[in-house]
Amino acid sequence: MTPAEIRVEILDILDDISPDEDLDNLKDDVAFREQLELDSMDFLDIVMELRKRHRVQIPEEDYGHLASMASTVSYLEPKMVDIVKS
Amino acid sequence: MSKYDTIIIGAGMSGLAAGIRLAHFDQRVCILEKHYTIGGLNSFYRMGGRDYDVGLHAMTNYAVKGSDKRGPLAKLIRQLRFRWEDFKLAEQVGSSIRFPDVSLDFNNDIAMLEAEIARDFPSQIDGFQSLCGALLDYSDMDGGAPDFMRSAREVMARHISEPLLIEMLLCPLMWYGNARENDMDYGQFCIMFRACYLEGFGRPYKGVRMILKNLVRKFRGLGGELKLRSGVSRIEVDNGKAVGVVLDDGTELQADRILSSAGSVETMRMCDDVTEVDVAKAGQLSFIESISILDRMPQDFGFDRTIVFYNDSENFHWERPDTQLCDSRTGVICSPNNYLYDADEGELPDGVIRITTLANHDRWCELPDEKYAAQKMQQYDEAVESSVRFMPDFRRYVVDTDVFTPKTIRRFTWHDNGAVYGAPDKQLDGTTHLPNVFLCGTDQGFVGIVGAIVSGISMANRHCLQA
Ligand SMILES: Cc1cc2nc3c(=O)[nH]c(=O)nc-3n(C[C@H](O)[C@H](O)[C@H](O)COP(=O)(O)OP(=O)(O)OC[C@H]3O[C@@H](n4cnc5c(N)ncnc54)[C@H](O)[C@@H]3O)c2cc1C
Repeated sequence: MTPAEIRVEILDILDDISPDEDLDNLKDDVAFREQLELDSMDFLDIVMELRKRHRVQIPEEDYGHLASMASTVSYLEPKMVDIVKS
Repeated sequence: MSKYDTIIIGAGMSGLAAGIRLAHFDQRVCILEKHYTIGGLNSFYRMGGRDYDVGLHAMTNYAVKGSDKRGPLAKLIRQLRFRWEDFKLAEQVGSSIRFPDVSLDFNNDIAMLEAEIARDFPSQIDGFQSLCGALLDYSDMDGGAPDFMRSAREVMARHISEPLLIEMLLCPLMWYGNARENDMDYGQFCIMFRACYLEGFGRPYKGVRMILKNLVRKFRGLGGELKLRSGVSRIEVDNGKAVGVVLDDGTELQADRILSSAGSVETMRMCDDVTEVDVAKAGQLSFIESISILDRMPQDFGFDRTIVFYNDSENFHWERPDTQLCDSRTGVICSPNNYLYDADEGELPDGVIRITTLANHDRWCELPDEKYAAQKMQQYDEAVESSVRFMPDFRRYVVDTDVFTPKTIRRFTWHDNGAVYGAPDKQLDGTTHLPNVFLCGTDQGFVGIVGAIVSGISMANRHCLQA
C-alpha cells in the first residue's frame, strides 16, 4: 500500500470505531487525541483492526507511533508496503 | 472434539458483549448458557398474552448521540460497533426519592436535583456540590484509586452534615447497584452516582428484548456460536490450567481460556481442582418483584413518576431481612409508561406498575409449595400496600399480576442466594486462581445492564484479546 492508501485505510478504521466523528477536517499533523474523542480502548481497537484486516502486528512499545495520522502512516509504511490494496 | 479460543459461560448481558468483541476479532468463541433462553438476570418472558421484562426498570447512563462520547453508553456502542439507533432510549419523565415528609425529584439533568436540595436542605447545597466535585472519574474505576474501597457513608459525611440527606442520596444508588449491606464502596458509589444522577435513566420502547436481540444478532452475525440448554457442570483443570468444560449432558468442549459470568463462587465450584468454596463470599441481597397490569395508564390517576425510591423512616436499611420473607420498608416503584417515547412509537399497550422490595432467599426456598404460592400473593399485597403510601393508590385498577421471588431468580440464573448484584467483594481485575479462567459481569464489578455490558467488553479486551 502507498502512504495515501494507508491513510484511507486508517480513516476507514476510525470511521468504523467511531462513526459519529467528523473525519473530513482531520489534521494529519495534530494528535488524534486532540481532535477526536478517542480513549485508550479506542487506540487498542486501531491496533486490533490493523491486525484483523492486514495481519499487521504492532508491539505495545510502538503504540506511541500511532499518535497522529502523519506519524501513523510513516510508521506503517514499511510494514504495509507489500500489502496489496483490495 | 471442538476446540475454541474462548468459551464464555453465560448468555447474559456481560457474556454476550464479551462474545461480540471476541467474534469481531476472529476468535472461535462459544457462549454456553444453562437456561433455554438468553438474558440471565435481565431476560424477558410472555405470560397471559403479555410481554414482561424480568428486570428492566430503567437503563442507567442515559446519553444521546453526540453528547458525552466518553460515557459508558457511548463506549459500549463504539466497542460493539453498534449505531446509536440500535440503543435508542426514551428519556425518563422524572423520578423521586421519597422519605417521610421529604421528597426530592430528579431527572437526567443534575440541575434539578441541585435545586431540590437547595430548597429542602439549603445548608447542604455547597456540600452536595463539593461531593460532586470529589467523585472519582470513570477512568479511575479499575480499583486502583486510593479512595475506591473507602466507606461511601464516611466520604459523604465529609461533605454533607445532614444525615437524612445522606440516606436519601444513598437510597437509589444502593437499590440500583450495591451488593454490600448497609454501606457502599466509594468507588461503586461514584459509578452509580454518575450512572443515576449525572447521566440518568432511559428505556427502549420495546424493553430489554431490544437490547438482547441486538446483542445476539450481532454475535451470531460475526460467526459466534451460542448453545442454549448447555449448562457447564465442570471446568476441567490439568496442570494448573483450564483445558475445557464438561456440560450437564456430558459433552466435552476444549478451549484456550474461559470467561465466566456465572459468578465468582459459582465458577469456583465448577473447577475440578477446587474441593470447597467459601459460600459466605456470595452476595445476600435479593428481591421480590411485584408486577401489576392496570386497566389505565398511571398518568390517568395522577402518577407521572418514572421511578420512585421510597423509604418509610429517616434511616435507610439496606440489608437482607433476616426474620421475614420480605422487607417492604423500602422499595422501588417503577412505571415503564412514564418515559418520553417518540410519537411514532406511541404508548405501551398496558399501564404497568412494578414494585421491588428486599427479600430473603433462604426463607423463600424453605417454604413448601402450597405455602410458597400463598406467600407470593400475600407479599405482593404487602409490597403494594407499602408503596401506596408514596404514590396514588392504584389497587382498584389492577387487572393482572405477576410476582417473582429470590427462588425464581435463583432457578433461572443459578446465582447463589438469588443475589441480584452478586458478591460484596468484587474481583475488579477479573482474575481467578487459574491463569486462563477469568470473571466478567456481576462479580467482576460492574452491575446493571450497561455495567454488565461494559464489564464483558473490558474483560474480553484485557484477558482474551490483548494476550
Ligand atoms: C428484578 C431485577 C431488576 C433489575 N432492574 C434493573 C434495571 O432496572 N436496570 C439495570 O440496569 N439493571 C437491572 N437489574 C440488574 C441487571 O439485570 C444485572 O446487573 C445484569 O443483567 C447482570 O448481567 P450479567 O451478565 O453480569 O449476569 P447474568 O445476567 O446473571 O448472566 C449470567 C448467565 O450465566 C448463566 N449461567 C449460570 N451458571 C451457568 C452454568 N453453569 N453454565 C452455563 N450458564 C450458566 C445464567 O443462566 C445467566 O444467563 C435488575 C435485576 C433484577 C433481577
